[in-house]
Amino acid sequence: MNNAVFSSRNMTEQEFFFGHKACAGCGGALAVRLALKVLGERTFAALPAGCMSAVGFIYPQMAFGINAIISTFAGTASMLAGMAAAARAQGLEDVHIVGFAGDGGTADIGIQALSGAIDRGERIIYICYDNEAYMNTGTQKSGLTPLGARTTTTPDGSVVGGSTTKKKNMFDIVAAHGIDYAATASIGYYQDYMNKVLRASQCGGTAYIHVMAPCPTGWGIPTEHALTIARESVDCGLWYLAEYSQGKYRLNQRPETFTPVEDYLRKQGRFKHLQSDDIAQAVRDRDARWQYMLTQWSDA
Amino acid sequence: MSVTSLKAKLMQGNQACAEGAIYAGASFYAGYPITPSTEIAEILSERLPQVGGRFIQMEDEIASMAAVIGASVTGAKAMTATSGPGFSLKQENIGHAMITEVPCVIANVMRLGPSTGGPTSPAQGDVMQARWGTHGDHPVITLCPNSVQECFELTVKAFNMAERFRTPVFIMFDEIIGHMRERVVLPEPGQIPVVNRKKPEVGPESYKAYEPVDETLVPPMASFGDGYRYHVTGLTHDETGFATTKPEKMAAHLQRLHDKINNFLPEVVDYEEQSIEDAEVVLLAYGSVARAASRAVKDARAAGLKVGLIRPITLWPFPGEAVKKAAAKAKAVIVAEMNLGQIINEVRVAVEGQAPVYGVLRADGEPISPTEILAKIKEVL
Repeated sequence: MNNAVFSSRNMTEQEFFFGHKACAGCGGALAVRLALKVLGERTFAALPAGCMSAVGFIYPQMAFGINAIISTFAGTASMLAGMAAAARAQGLEDVHIVGFAGDGGTADIGIQALSGAIDRGERIIYICYDNEAYMNTGTQKSGLTPLGARTTTTPDGSVVGGSTTKKKNMFDIVAAHGIDYAATASIGYYQDYMNKVLRASQCGGTAYIHVMAPCPTGWGIPTEHALTIARESVDCGLWYLAEYSQGKYRLNQRPETFTPVEDYLRKQGRFKHLQSDDIAQAVRDRDARWQYMLTQWSDA
Repeated sequence: MSVTSLKAKLMQGNQACAEGAIYAGASFYAGYPITPSTEIAEILSERLPQVGGRFIQMEDEIASMAAVIGASVTGAKAMTATSGPGFSLKQENIGHAMITEVPCVIANVMRLGPSTGGPTSPAQGDVMQARWGTHGDHPVITLCPNSVQECFELTVKAFNMAERFRTPVFIMFDEIIGHMRERVVLPEPGQIPVVNRKKPEVGPESYKAYEPVDETLVPPMASFGDGYRYHVTGLTHDETGFATTKPEKMAAHLQRLHDKINNFLPEVVDYEEQSIEDAEVVLLAYGSVARAASRAVKDARAAGLKVGLIRPITLWPFPGEAVKKAAAKAKAVIVAEMNLGQIINEVRVAVEGQAPVYGVLRADGEPISPTEILAKIKEVL
């Protein structure tokens, strides 16, 4: 892996995602802004329906300081593939082709296009900003909504208590394709995230970054807690920072002890209805996942 | 449909659609969030489990429509809801449901298109897509409510028609109707008849899945699990359900799909007339626009102008006979619709040149007002 280091000291002050209309404390907006600081102005972006396309292009402000297109919901990775091929055909060697799609646009409706792009080895960077539900349309469940989370299509009603399914593991899915570079990240650990964007841009093939990007509106947290909750998702072990490249996995953080899962969940309105059994289940799932990563990723 | 119950509620059109589905006995919904239809999914995610039904949020629009087909062949009364971009994605599966004769209901809350268009803006731009959106020749039943009350009643009717004719049925309303809140009087159970698909009366050994047994031309439908083993395919098939490339069998198959609906047009076609008897100007409007048109008729009559309104309740099959009859006595026909000219072409066909046909057409995300329609009436008279 490349050892380039990005930090707040050497980060550009130039902004390429500025003046958007995202909610206060939006994790997705920060994920886009920081990634573009790494990729720079010679970047072409595609974004499907979702929060970032909804808040990034409101007349008269084109919040993107780069060329960007709103794609069809299912077509993000395919549109990126076309952009990458055309850029090559025109001899544009110094450009980055990046997609920013939410968890629904990635793990649900967009997964077929993404899978095809990885299979063909398209030279694109695909960044999934994961806020764990369809936030743009008002918090409906996605394939990345965690077990038990309340959304408007998984209500904590009299029969069903929040999401009945677990979070789909996109990192494992893209890695199973033998992708050139894949990583998980969190906006709470933004330096780690930015360095992963840099490595993605240098991998010479298809790159996928899955960045945890809390949504104060949908998660039911104070806006000023977006960054700390993003960090806590990693610290409590429900999320993890990892990389995959050339067939090898690497864990970037291996906490000696996890912070309590219950503390993380109880801070969020979407988990308010959870019983102690539900929390115990979340802890068991976390432990099983870490057991898997530590034993199966022999080089982790 | 007369409803006399005292169970009055203030409801949104989308909610009335969801409650209508429950009333009709829907036990399955598969869908994907899309504005401005999402409330139908949200409400059914809570309501269906309460009545023993199943709600699945699918990974995309294509999957939603496919799941509805799967549920229906396995015995459920199934529906999905969507809006323009999702309606486009569902089209192949809709064609599959048509050729396999799988009863189901698709609600399309219309927004401005094409593409993402205006997600929260009303429009009536999917009218021709409903008719010809999936490829090939096929009949279509499309219902179009103009009030929240009708959202309820026509959703029940959509399920009834789907079950009666073994076909997908569309209920299409514009965003205004979907998001508008009005008083709705909910009928008691049994007050509106609920139709269920005809089951085979013969044993599995002599059952042919696509053989009509009576003049309805609708083959009885055995559900998976009923003990009947038969073939279901999107390929053109004969009465056994097995694919065929024999021209006479293919022709007979497609003809029957048409005849099972077209032979019963009086049962299917529905429309409402207002002051049409002596109308010199005939208006035609549907959905929320019909409310503005109705107001325009009253205002015109108050001003001494002989104006009437035809409101199609079934957009498809189109009530062409009623239009033809009214046009015979009219000096002009005016079609008001929130698109740049869709049903107006159907009206021109029906009018057969008996009167000039004018449009009040709008596709800017704004509703059509009674004033605009009235201005056109005065212009053409």
